[in-house]
Amino acid sequence: MPKVTFIQSDGSAQTVEIALGWSVMEGAVRNLVPGIDADCGGACACATCHVHVDPAWVAALPAKSDMEEAMLDFAQELKPTSRLSCQLRVTPEMDGLVVRVPDSQH
Amino acid sequence: MPEQIVIVGAGQAGVQAVQTLRAEGFAGAIAMIGDEAYPPYQRPPLSKAYLLGSFARERLFLKPDAFYQEAGCDLILNASVSAIDRTAKTLALRDGRVLPYDKLLLATGTRVRKLSCPGADLPGVQYLRDIADVDALQPLFRSGARMAVVGGGYIGLEVAAVGAKRGLDVAVFETADRLMARAVSPVVSDFYAAEHAKAGVKLNLNSVAEEFEGKGKVETIMAGGKKSMADIVVVGIGVVPNDMLARESGLPCQDGIIVDRNAMTADPAIFAAGDCTRHHGREGVEIRLECVQNAIDQAKHAALAMLGRPKTYSEVPWFWSDQYDLKLQIAGLARQSDQTVLRGDPASRKFAVFHLRDDVVAAVEAVNAAPEYMIGKKLIADRVAVTAERLADMSVPMKQMAA
Repeated sequence: MPKVTFIQSDGSAQTVEIALGWSVMEGAVRNLVPGIDADCGGACACATCHVHVDPAWVAALPAKSDMEEAMLDFAQELKPTSRLSCQLRVTPEMDGLVVRVPDSQH
Repeated sequence: MPEQIVIVGAGQAGVQAVQTLRAEGFAGAIAMIGDEAYPPYQRPPLSKAYLLGSFARERLFLKPDAFYQEAGCDLILNASVSAIDRTAKTLALRDGRVLPYDKLLLATGTRVRKLSCPGADLPGVQYLRDIADVDALQPLFRSGARMAVVGGGYIGLEVAAVGAKRGLDVAVFETADRLMARAVSPVVSDFYAAEHAKAGVKLNLNSVAEEFEGKGKVETIMAGGKKSMADIVVVGIGVVPNDMLARESGLPCQDGIIVDRNAMTADPAIFAAGDCTRHHGREGVEIRLECVQNAIDQAKHAALAMLGRPKTYSEVPWFWSDQYDLKLQIAGLARQSDQTVLRGDPASRKFAVFHLRDDVVAAVEAVNAAPEYMIGKKLIADRVAVTAERLADMSVPMKQMAA
């Protein structure tokens, strides 16, 4: 299974395995990664699963949908590398992905 | 500080309470009692991705088993409570166990409202509330099967959309003169009616289900004076709160367990959160909400209050529904008397309806329109005054709406 690393604002990191086809958010929730609340359960309806993707990985990820783009627009600590982790479906190519959890989500 | 907290109901609110209690430093014992076989799971996908078959069951669970272990939460499943002894502060389970509590949280949710017309108990007349309901429905979802959906609200229409997608011959029967009448404005109802019709769903408004017939299982539905064939019937006509336990223990209830703005019942040791409560909304009106938002937020408030740190509950309610490729997002609570403003063109399949009350934004219904929803929610929370003209003006970006 692909591995994804979540880095918290205090620098602590957690690397978890996520099944293919699951979302990065689901992997975080399943492994109790702090700061990924995902209130809506991945319906792209709440923006509580916001992450900053490591710059090296941004280009490798599929493009944002209009809905994701619009929801993100209102997330706190928005950066060009921002994504909603519920919209990132894990593929074999995403093995090694690194994302950061924004400080504002705690 | 309480030492033992017991949560009745293992759903969204229950899980949130466990999470908040531990995050806030509660170090005592927590037990959570659920009447299903499964640990707490998400209900919203049941009528959407899970019914469609594109979502494995294990993805429904709100938390992994490790969460309950790490939180030291004793998860008691397949169990139900028969009585609360408020004097002794104990709960009696139907299997004979007795659990003591210092603080008790009732997060018992709702159950489906059932049809009572002739034939309503025939096999094949199904409801959709839990995993078992969907698992029973799945094998009947075969291409070409005739499905009658009773109720044109969120659940009924989500089931209709999934059915249409899976090639079923779908007919919806709704008693009101428009779809989702309780939740959305007429323009949104009309838009969804057109979308369902486009997908081949036959809509029957002003149609009360009167009778079902069949030999051994349902074969026909009589609604609005018209008889149609049906291989499957799915009923989605609302829910009723599970307030019996509270009622039997003498707590005031009225279509829901009555709680104050700190989620406390009339008994200071007993709290309630989620769909099962009737509470004062942020506008001071008594309401009962059926949504994830209320389950999460009210449970947080209940947890804080149980620990002696009450915080007034006044969050803006929000809801969503997925039908076809349409995302309906609603924030705030609309009233009949509101002034409504249409922003955008429904023909573009991207628009919103704002509700103004006393000149401030009170609610928004957004279809494929996240900026309208997200900013709208903020305008509602901050009680911002915006004119109808400005809201309707597409040349004013939502981000500048408050300016």
